[in-house]
Amino acid sequence: MSTLTEAAPPEADEPPARPPRKRGRLVPYWLLLPGILWLLVFFALPLVYQASTSVQTGSLEEGYKVTWHFATYWDALGDYWPQFLRSVLYAGAATILCLLLGYPLAYLIAFRAGRWRNLILVLVIAPFFTSFLIRTLAWKTILADGGPVVGALNNLHLLDVTNWLGATDGDRVLATPLAVVCGLTYNFLPFMILPLYTSLERIDGRLHEAAGDLYARPSTTFRKVTFPLSMPGVVSGTLLTFIPAAGDYVNADLLGSTDTRMVGNVIQTQFLRILDYPTAAALSFILMAAILLMVTFYIRKAGTEDLV
Amino acid sequence: MTTAQEHGGDVRLTGISKTYGSFTAVHPLDLTVPQGSFFALLGASGCGKTTTLRMIAGLEEPSSGTVRLGEQDVTALPPYKRPVNTVFQSYALFPHLDIFENVAFGLRRRGIKSVKKQVGEMLDLVQLGEQARKKPHQLSGGQQQRVAVARALINHPKVLLLDEPLGALDLKLRRQMQLELKRIQTEVGITFVHVTHDQEEAMTMADTVAVMNGGRVEQQGAPADLYENPGTTFVANFLGTSNFIEAEVAEVSGEDVFLKAGGGKLTLPKARCTASVSAGGTVLVGVRPEKISLTHADDAGAIPDGRNRITGRIADSSFIGVSTQYVVDSPVCDAFEVYAQNIERDTRLAPGAEVVLHWNPAHTFGLDADQDVEAGVEKVEEDA
Repeated sequence: MSTLTEAAPPEADEPPARPPRKRGRLVPYWLLLPGILWLLVFFALPLVYQASTSVQTGSLEEGYKVTWHFATYWDALGDYWPQFLRSVLYAGAATILCLLLGYPLAYLIAFRAGRWRNLILVLVIAPFFTSFLIRTLAWKTILADGGPVVGALNNLHLLDVTNWLGATDGDRVLATPLAVVCGLTYNFLPFMILPLYTSLERIDGRLHEAAGDLYARPSTTFRKVTFPLSMPGVVSGTLLTFIPAAGDYVNADLLGSTDTRMVGNVIQTQFLRILDYPTAAALSFILMAAILLMVTFYIRKAGTEDLV
Repeated sequence: MTTAQEHGGDVRLTGISKTYGSFTAVHPLDLTVPQGSFFALLGASGCGKTTTLRMIAGLEEPSSGTVRLGEQDVTALPPYKRPVNTVFQSYALFPHLDIFENVAFGLRRRGIKSVKKQVGEMLDLVQLGEQARKKPHQLSGGQQQRVAVARALINHPKVLLLDEPLGALDLKLRRQMQLELKRIQTEVGITFVHVTHDQEEAMTMADTVAVMNGGRVEQQGAPADLYENPGTTFVANFLGTSNFIEAEVAEVSGEDVFLKAGGGKLTLPKARCTASVSAGGTVLVGVRPEKISLTHADDAGAIPDGRNRITGRIADSSFIGVSTQYVVDSPVCDAFEVYAQNIERDTRLAPGAEVVLHWNPAHTFGLDADQDVEAGVEKVEEDA
């Protein structure tokens, strides 16, 4: 045994092993380069540009100058906090609805669909083949006054409930918060379903059998095994739904009214109509910071790093 | 009371079968596993042994027949209502729960509040007390396996089902776990039903082995009994190795059957022949390789009378350490296998040597000639 170990080192010290290693060390950086360049050009630079815009003062005619005018942030927040609140509320409601609608569907696709699995997955993403705008406009017809949805809600006396919640207005659905939330839910549902499906599909079916074997009835198995194991999907699904929904303005624009304006609408108006670039940029940064804060808090709470 | 206790926990399968479409995984079979026994279902993959086990667990619904645990018919009960627990093939430990919670899972589901003491004792039994707060993926394969056993045993099931529980372990660990499982079974006295494709594992651990083939139970009995008195060529080949000679029945007299094979004569005790014999018929004569003695042809005169003899030529020999394995070509059977203990090695016994194979007739068994001699021979290419 000892003679063997003594004989081994000369072989390991052979010089040709060295040079290729040096070259190999740089390869990861070369591979990273396109991504880093992409991020620099399309993310970091615009971000810096917008950050500088947000602390500029001046007017369109005289031009803008960086004056480190941070008051723009306070003014923007003071003027538009209801829109911020609304964004969080609508996006939150849409996220919860997406989760409630998406989870059973993702579960069905992952465990029960059998040979229909791929077909249903294609159906889930099929709406993406049409323009976002067209689909949202279609919801205008679906939710139109006197249309089928309004009629059905009325017959079921659900309109009374939504009216009481302040989500609808009399016998109208269109141009109400409910319409905006419906639009958001519809548009972002696939972003909830796909990550949920991915994490559910990875769960070993034998774990369900093991839980059943250990006296867990199906509902308990879901609560104690399936749902906890699908948490990575729940977290990424809710993030993928909530973040874009909070910044969305198309749904509020097409399906809502002046009373349902979200922060995205304000930013859009400031940028494109009022041409108040500093306020628009400040609003964007506040939205970004708020979302970052909420997401950090959420991920801490959900504690996904514990999950395999 | 004691008799009720003794038989109250038998697992009784009656006419149980399972079909998937046109494929029959398990043909209607009757099986009784006595309470407190270590019972092995042995067979190659696809023989229906796992399906049978899953029907006992309730994970598979039988196409016909009933499953009884003691007096209780559990056929229609879902798994979570059966007093049965399973150790799954790949353990199926809950990856999001630590070892303690994995073991406590069954107790908690049955609404037992104070689980700490029981879980602690169970983890000590499987020597994992230190690992209680680790997650399954932090443990080695052998440790995970013990967690799986603890998680099932803590519920004091009437029957513990083990589905190839040692399949994922390496050979050394497997040996160790075989003894460990046997020790635990003796200690807790719970009925174990163990599914395996490893004949050695089945024979080491089980009191009773049922050999399954093609969805049917070929033979059932104590390991030594199955080995010495195989009822079919499948059992004879699947449990260990057997040599077969097709022989013609010359005469049946008293306790013995006299046979002709090639130019030689063989004797077979009638009690060890499962086929019906009559003069002029054929029978398959089997003998285990380790029962045979090998003598060089020059010394043939020294072989005592009354032994079965066959002549041949050594085709191949391999030295294993405790024994030497010879392959002998003989007119009645090519590739006759002989295992000789390395007590006194005769240097003349090398490939090419003319030899006489001889054995005590009592070690001969007779089978119906109407079956495949190669049935149950393990195919090597699967592992390669």
